[in-house]
Amino acid sequence: MSTRITIDPITRIEGHLRVDVEVEGGKVTKAWSSGQMWRGVELILLGRDPRDAWAITQRICGVCTTVHAITSVRAVENALQLEVPLNAQYIRNMIISAHAIHDHIVHFYHLSALDWVDVVSALSADPGKTATLAQSLSNWPLNSKAVMVQTQEKLKAFVASGQLGPFAGGYWGHPAMKLPPEVNLLAVAHYLQALDIQRQANKIVTILGSKTPHIQNLAVGGVSNPIATDSQSVLTVDRLMAIKTQIDKLSDFVNQVYLVDVAAIGAFYADWTKHGAGVMNYLSAPDFPMDTKGTEFMVPGGYIPGGDLAAYKPIRSFGDDFLGKGVEESVKHSWYTYSKAGPLHPYQGETTPHYTDFQDDGKYSWLKSPTFYGARAQVGPLASVLNCVAAGHKPTIDYATKVLETVSSLAGAKVGLDAMHSTIGRHAARAIRCATMGDILAHNWQALIDNIGKGDVQTFNKPVFPKGEVVGYGFHEAPRGLLSHWTVIRDGKIANYQCVVPSTWNAGPRDESDTPGPYESSLLGNPVADTEKPLEVLRTIHSFDPCLACAVHVHDEETGEVVQVKAL
Amino acid sequence: MTRRVVVLGVGNILLTDEGVGVHAVNALAEQFCLPDEVEVIDGGTSGMDCLDRIAEADLLLIADCMRGKRAPGTITRLGGEQIGAFFKTRISPHQVGLSDVFATLALHELSPKAIVMLGVEPKAITLGMDLSSEVSAILPDLVGALAAELVGFGVSVHPKAA
Repeated sequence: MSTRITIDPITRIEGHLRVDVEVEGGKVTKAWSSGQMWRGVELILLGRDPRDAWAITQRICGVCTTVHAITSVRAVENALQLEVPLNAQYIRNMIISAHAIHDHIVHFYHLSALDWVDVVSALSADPGKTATLAQSLSNWPLNSKAVMVQTQEKLKAFVASGQLGPFAGGYWGHPAMKLPPEVNLLAVAHYLQALDIQRQANKIVTILGSKTPHIQNLAVGGVSNPIATDSQSVLTVDRLMAIKTQIDKLSDFVNQVYLVDVAAIGAFYADWTKHGAGVMNYLSAPDFPMDTKGTEFMVPGGYIPGGDLAAYKPIRSFGDDFLGKGVEESVKHSWYTYSKAGPLHPYQGETTPHYTDFQDDGKYSWLKSPTFYGARAQVGPLASVLNCVAAGHKPTIDYATKVLETVSSLAGAKVGLDAMHSTIGRHAARAIRCATMGDILAHNWQALIDNIGKGDVQTFNKPVFPKGEVVGYGFHEAPRGLLSHWTVIRDGKIANYQCVVPSTWNAGPRDESDTPGPYESSLLGNPVADTEKPLEVLRTIHSFDPCLACAVHVHDEETGEVVQVKAL
Repeated sequence: MTRRVVVLGVGNILLTDEGVGVHAVNALAEQFCLPDEVEVIDGGTSGMDCLDRIAEADLLLIADCMRGKRAPGTITRLGGEQIGAFFKTRISPHQVGLSDVFATLALHELSPKAIVMLGVEPKAITLGMDLSSEVSAILPDLVGALAAELVGFGVSVHPKAA
């Protein structure tokens, strides 16, 4: 007999995701991933000025504001074949790398670490031993015994107040929790420190983007930051110098804390390198353009079919046909209808809602199912890291080697790249990518300083919209993976607009040929020790860093709960 | 150290009345001269991104959409104890929301010293960028109520010359 578990909603994510699994003999045998919110923002964009699309699309989601804004201007620029000045590329690159660092740190420490770290167990740790362990792994100055004592006292006071806050609802004492108390305390200490660090990352975005959470400085054709060497009100060399201090602090934390913690936690949970592989076709976008046309990128991207790195095929430029022609979306299992049979390319994409109940073999999700040349693909940091390794990207290879060596030495057994195709591997990949982001941020900062030094202060090329129809798509390797916006522009107005977001790739339901998506297939074979507390299911789902772009959050005064809204 | 007052508008402006808080704080900043101690934030649906600026505020004044089975456009004020109870009991599907920001700030001993929330009963939360006529009609009242809260806190607030 199998047991059906419905987890609705999945917590500690952005948006509303429902996951159903059937468990038999302590393992998941069948899984469904269902997006529970309708995202119909595309319809709002129809008929609007393409120059305004980025400001609207950045409202899709409360976490991914910046990434939608960037992808939107790239889509319109691609449709117009518009080049972007170097300074604008560098400034955008700094914003997106700083945002990625912020996002990855928040995801690991604040959203997913609690799946692996038992906060209550940290109360019984020996702070001295914790410090000794921490200092053996890293030179981070905040690993002292005094810091660990202080952390434990803070935690005690917090738990005693009865207000568990961010720690409420954790599965404390669950049999799948394996870390010794000392490692739990270490993780809690870094959880607290991570908060200060992510604030530093946010400051960079604020200074460059003029505002957060919604940046103000983008424009189709560049950025609106005027650069000057003397004025106070614009982006000055002084302000850029101040940013450098934040950049260095971020890199220290990522290298000395985040990478090390992921390796340490991974070593204690080595069995989780065997679960959660799921779809092993990996798709990622190249990003961080270093030329005006978008043909030279700091980070490569491409496609790896079936986990075979030797079969890697690159995506080379903005507007690349390999990506542009390979994407389709199916709604066979989604609460939409199309005007014709079969999946549709995003340029022909339609957004017509058609809600049924949750039907196991029929329609059961508000997400569509994207495919790449007919196959499901996993996106996200793991896809990016593997594509980088396949492309011979040295910084990624170096950080990956460092993490795997640390894991191997802690676990006392050789752990290789193959272990990355897993639940815990997705966490390791996110940390590796985060470390490369630190270098990219610093590199673009220097490139901007040098370019301004040459006397180039241009930041904007004026877009000109032709009569008739043009189409274009923009991509961005966002923190959760490949994000693309597709637009059809007719006589200077938006005639169609489709966003194919990372969580659609990963969380989408079964496709036209009934093949499960990455979330669904990654859950198959997952252990579930206690069907009342399906912690293991959450581990695998959280490892993807779910973001169900919807962002409705009406407060309900009567029940104290958030009201679920289906915009129908 | 100077006082810090943060006026935070939250909600999604793509979902009609859901965005009323954002519209209200933007209107407040447009219509009134506010001293430097006041920071107005269009928070949208972001949680953690706003954390840095909410931290250690002397007053956090929130404008939001709030369902309480009242007539559309009704403005409700929550303050003091009500705020604590309201956010403590909430188990949110959007766990990176404001309640988590508050919990995280509490853990770090950086909580705002006072929080007041003005919530508006929505008429509609459907796709669109315009407010319903009912909520649109009370927008000036909401902006006025935000200004009055600031005045009550001892902030000098003056309408901009027309």
